[in-house]
Amino acid sequence: MSEATFALAGNPNSGKTTLFNALTGARQHVGNYPGVTVEKKEGVYVHDGRQLKLVDLPGTYSLTAYSLEEVAAREFLVNEKPAAVIDIVDAANLERNLYLTLQFMEMGVPVIVALNMMDVAAQRGITIDTMKLGQLLGVPVVATVARRGEGKTELLQVAERIVGDGVRHHPLDISYGEDIDLALMEMEQAIRGAGLLTDRYRARWVALKYMETDEQILALGRKANPELSAQLEATVQKVADHLRATLDLYPEAVIADHRYGYIRSILQQGVMGVRHDRDRLYLSDRIDKVLTNRFAGPLIMLAVIWGLYQFTFTYSEVPVAWLGSFFGWLGGLAEAFIPEGLFRSLLVSGVIDGIGGVLGFVPLIMFMFLGISFLEDSGYMARMAYMLDRVFRVFGLHGSSVMAFIVSGGIAGGCAVPGIMATRTLKSPRERLATILTVPFMNCGAKLPVFALLVAAFFASHEAMVMFGITLVSWAGALLVAKLLRSTVIPGEATPFVMELPPYRLPTFKGLLIHTWERTWHYIRKAGTVILGISIVLWALMSFPGLPESVRQQFENQRQAVLAAAPATAKAIENAGGETALEASALDLQGKLALIDAREAEMGLRYSVAGRIGTALESLSRFAGFDWRTNIALVGGFAAKEVVVSTLGTAYSLGDVDPEETGSLANKLAAAPGWRPLTALSLIVFTMFYAPCFVSVVCIAREAGSWKWAAFSVVFNTALAFTLAVVVYQLGSLLGF
Amino acid sequence: MTLIMMRQMQDNQAGIIRTVKASGEMGRRIRDMGLVPGAEIKIRGRAPLYDPVALRVMGFTLTLRNDEADFIEVEVQ
Repeated sequence: MSEATFALAGNPNSGKTTLFNALTGARQHVGNYPGVTVEKKEGVYVHDGRQLKLVDLPGTYSLTAYSLEEVAAREFLVNEKPAAVIDIVDAANLERNLYLTLQFMEMGVPVIVALNMMDVAAQRGITIDTMKLGQLLGVPVVATVARRGEGKTELLQVAERIVGDGVRHHPLDISYGEDIDLALMEMEQAIRGAGLLTDRYRARWVALKYMETDEQILALGRKANPELSAQLEATVQKVADHLRATLDLYPEAVIADHRYGYIRSILQQGVMGVRHDRDRLYLSDRIDKVLTNRFAGPLIMLAVIWGLYQFTFTYSEVPVAWLGSFFGWLGGLAEAFIPEGLFRSLLVSGVIDGIGGVLGFVPLIMFMFLGISFLEDSGYMARMAYMLDRVFRVFGLHGSSVMAFIVSGGIAGGCAVPGIMATRTLKSPRERLATILTVPFMNCGAKLPVFALLVAAFFASHEAMVMFGITLVSWAGALLVAKLLRSTVIPGEATPFVMELPPYRLPTFKGLLIHTWERTWHYIRKAGTVILGISIVLWALMSFPGLPESVRQQFENQRQAVLAAAPATAKAIENAGGETALEASALDLQGKLALIDAREAEMGLRYSVAGRIGTALESLSRFAGFDWRTNIALVGGFAAKEVVVSTLGTAYSLGDVDPEETGSLANKLAAAPGWRPLTALSLIVFTMFYAPCFVSVVCIAREAGSWKWAAFSVVFNTALAFTLAVVVYQLGSLLGF
Repeated sequence: MTLIMMRQMQDNQAGIIRTVKASGEMGRRIRDMGLVPGAEIKIRGRAPLYDPVALRVMGFTLTLRNDEADFIEVEVQ
């Protein structure tokens, strides 16, 4: 079976992902491009015993060194040398989409154009002569409608033909006007003569990139051959000076003009016919008249976020309860069948409670991601960035920061790790750094279980409202901190905001499911590995060292004393075996025994390593209303925020004595002494703002390029969180809550 | 036939881009999105806080800040 690689490329919103999903189905693998955190999706298409490997390149508008995505796409084409680039072109938006196509052709890679969304183009009265377009461009052109899977067979036939015969292709050389053309020719000769970077790139393309002052190529060139590079740069400078003097233009502007000119000349040769007025208002525009309306827009936006909450909480309630009782049942089963001891304790308190605490929230996260994917795929997310940019700029951020904030949990349920990575699309180092440092304040999917637990325990009657409030507080906190950072440690000017508002589209069901599954699986995988390990480490911290024998003996003596005081009742309990109803005196005796057991367990936990840490911190943390159990949980939360829940679960189930009792942690907390709504509120505030989990911290270090910022975020965030929690708790106590 | 900066354009006003003065990354980003001399544009509207501006070019909708629109000179009727 032969295997050939094809790269799938195209503008954002061109239907690239839809086509990729249609071709590969569930046979996908998500990874990263080497050295960068740009997501790389791979899939396989099997047809007639042939296997085609498809790599989904990041969606880009151009191939400059402007963003990491564009560089990643370029590097992939040069290093992996795919058989061809399948360039997905939006037929309804041909002119701008071909700009990228042209750049692939200039690079000299074989191109197959998939002319997508032919149905939308037809609705808009645009007719395209695919045959003629192919002839004029000199590449194969296939019409497709990715949503319905139309044209994918033809597309792959063309791809297979390329693998089979190695169809000839000619790199495209466009004329950029006399001044640039002459200089390019001269530079190309020099580059070819010296072999500058020609092992990887076409000589003319290197010359072109010099002319465009492409930082990446310039850096490579300077390293490979400093003298020649200096000579080339001098040539470019001469042309640039001349163009500035005569036309008041930069060479890169002239090049872009000629690329668009070339596209226009092709389209005007009878390739494209437009029946309607291009400015005609389509459905999408009419929707925008309402959704981005000055008054209705922001209100609708709030309603959409609110609706997302209602959707998530209402529909996930039932499966969350199922999972909760399943793990409760599992724990009960283990306790009933495994003899008491270290192993049972490990299994129940370490493994089952740990995993259950995390997996119990999978349905919630799935519903949340389903909603977010819908907003992303429908095009509404871009409108949010558009409407909010003015606000973000006030805080020294960028409209595109919205995406990072939302991915991190701006609409609760994301993750700061991809959120921090999403800031890669932000070019300005200052806005990017401010975004990186503040997105961990968002309510990520891992904090959600903590909030959900506390809300269920103390604010059950106003669940959606409190969760909504939590979101608003985290936004306000993040933005204010961003402003603080931008005016103190990272000062500087604002950077450009040029963004497409894609037409509204009804997302495909398949696309939504794949997207949702990817993110949920990411969460489960994390829960299954990191969290299990941490849960066990924490169990060990909480179990060792055990109480000294003399103390244990004291408790045993107490128990014996209680039993000896009422020998008849003790006998009755033994005989009943838990089957028949007990008399009041027996229940009273059981209660006494339970109290002794609980006290012993609590003392044991206090005596453990974790207990000692927690107790040591108690003198400080009591100002925020946290006892040593909460302290243990919060220390554990540095590993991953969801661990706060599993640790509280472990801490409280260790103090529990009844093996039949599998009630949820929420009930336990609500009944626990020392807990009241104000304590929960203080803990919510602290959890929201304190140190990001260590995975995020590692990401911050990598993305910000320095461990200094990672350390800063740990120390600064924790100090901020503690201050806020103390303020909330002390103020609340004063007001009598 | 007058030349004005894009910031000065009214909602629904149409025109033809004559020059794009921006250089470097801003210029590149603006041109990549099809805002080049000769392109016909029409202002679609402004965000609730009057910035950024949304405009129609080559049949799709683009948004940019007023600070960026200041680099684009448009010929209007």
